[in-house]
Amino acid sequence: MFSHPDYYNLDELFTEEEKLVRQTVRDFVDNEILPIIEKSARDGVFPLHLVKKMADIGLFGITLPQEYGGAGMNSTCYGIAMQELERGDSGIRSFASVQSSLVMYPIYAFGSEEQRLKWLPRLASGQAIGCFGLTEPDAGSNPSSMTTNAKRVEGGFLLNGAKMWITNGTLADVAVVWGKLDGVVRGFLVEKGMAGFTAPEMKGKHSLRASVTSELVFQDVFIPEENMLPGVEGLKGPLSCLTQARYGISWGVVGAAMACYDSSLHYAKSRIAFDRPIAGFQLIQDKLVWMLNEITKAQLLCWRLGKIKDQNTLRPQHVSLAKRNNCEMALTIARMSREIHGANGILDEYPIMRHAANLESVKTYEGTHEMHTLIIGQDITGLSAFV
Amino acid sequence: MNILVCISQVPDTTTRVAVGTDGSSINPAGVKFILNPYDEFAIEEGLRLREKSGGTVTTVTVGPDTSKEVLRTALAMGSDTAVFVKDESRSDSFVVASSIADLAKEITPDVILFGRQSIDFDSFALPSMVGELLGWPNISMVSSLTIEGTQVSAERDIEGGKESVSATLPCVISAQKGLNDPRYPKLPDIMKAKSKPIADRVATVVEPRVVTLSMTLPVSKRLNNIMTDSDADIDQLVRLLHEEAKVI
Repeated sequence: MFSHPDYYNLDELFTEEEKLVRQTVRDFVDNEILPIIEKSARDGVFPLHLVKKMADIGLFGITLPQEYGGAGMNSTCYGIAMQELERGDSGIRSFASVQSSLVMYPIYAFGSEEQRLKWLPRLASGQAIGCFGLTEPDAGSNPSSMTTNAKRVEGGFLLNGAKMWITNGTLADVAVVWGKLDGVVRGFLVEKGMAGFTAPEMKGKHSLRASVTSELVFQDVFIPEENMLPGVEGLKGPLSCLTQARYGISWGVVGAAMACYDSSLHYAKSRIAFDRPIAGFQLIQDKLVWMLNEITKAQLLCWRLGKIKDQNTLRPQHVSLAKRNNCEMALTIARMSREIHGANGILDEYPIMRHAANLESVKTYEGTHEMHTLIIGQDITGLSAFV
Repeated sequence: MNILVCISQVPDTTTRVAVGTDGSSINPAGVKFILNPYDEFAIEEGLRLREKSGGTVTTVTVGPDTSKEVLRTALAMGSDTAVFVKDESRSDSFVVASSIADLAKEITPDVILFGRQSIDFDSFALPSMVGELLGWPNISMVSSLTIEGTQVSAERDIEGGKESVSATLPCVISAQKGLNDPRYPKLPDIMKAKSKPIADRVATVVEPRVVTLSMTLPVSKRLNNIMTDSDADIDQLVRLLHEEAKVI
């Protein structure tokens, strides 16, 4: 049974319901994800049967009101649920992040009441899967250079363009797609089966193998007027969604780091070399202590981030700092874990290499490490280093 | 049908416990506590009985303030109300059973459910004591339960097999693993549980029948257990490393 490192007694900072959410998702991960995840990753298949199970315990739309199918919980509950899910696998956490933060959130925040009522209960219950289309083959860190565009026609719009690196794309019943209408970025709800819309899966990934990543292709797709998100114009629409998702990632990767640390600590205490457990050697202790040190700092960042998010004093730059720090530390911990596990670290008997490979993606998606550096750099100097 | 489920908080199975300075109690500092795993089957069975026959599920725990947490879990799983009997004494089973029996006399449940044992002190005593104090039948280690009207049919796990028994309501049941598959609390229900009532209740004052004199941790000594390379021995070794030595 997994027990998280809590070197600073941070559990005292969490409420009863926050701890109950953690225990519930932890049990779910132990019972439903860990027994199957290595095979899913090996086979390169998303375990689709988990969608209904995750929905049943309320993992989609955790912070949204209950009348739309959400759980009506605070941001800390959402974060801690993502932490636990990612202790299982970054790909499974990615599914939940996309469904909640990148699909349900914009429909809730920017959608019409009809759009909310049509989609949110279905997305919350897992009857519908969503995806989010912003990144393009030639527009990653600079989304304003997107070429996907909509033209007005009678009763709606014609959408043309292509999106890439879209989690859940092939599975999705609804895609929240961002494209330019008369030069202004707008959000469109593109539904599975609309003529001219295809979503081929991208193959050959060495990372996030238990997650579906796709292209979205739009060739004169007719989008009815009522499928445009009325509540937002410009890049602040998709960027505000990314702030939500990056918040969840900041917590999530701590879970992956905890899984690596936990496995390393147990391994080091039981692995004998030179007639003693390798945990007794200084070089190993240095690694284990560094891991615990970084996890403890990341736990504090997450806890504080949740508080300021619910106080509405959170700025996107705060999320950038946590996303940047925590992804970097989690990836470094996964690599150190591999070293502590020696050759065993490359086997899927241990979760290490899967987490390490996943975290390479997580460090890069939702704003690369470098872009978050520049976001914070601009914030503290007042000088943009983007161009 | 009105159902009373009795649950307790126990140290997490991965926790290493230490004896307190008085030499006769557990030092709770740094110990993570969880809902007694067998009690999850009792809660689940209570919820299923209510779903089938209507009525209410009340959950009770007897213990220090920190043990209130397990009542939230029960409320989040679907229990209607909860009763917290504050008892810091961590006394013997008879003291706890007396508090539960007095509560039962007041709220007159049709059935009282327990986990088969709490995994901290393992006395296996509470269900039968409560049954005796109330004069009700007690069926222990139940792995299958059917209640039709006031007729109770149950299967019990016994060494090497099963035993079928019957009784009439009201009665006391203790749940064996496998009685059901306990549900996860749903996140929206965790929120709803916040507004469900937990009634505070004063513990019944009785003299304990059994007094704990001292507690000691096992002295580590060589067991001279020699394992072979047979599958059975390997399974046994892995189990010992996991459950006893707690190194894997």
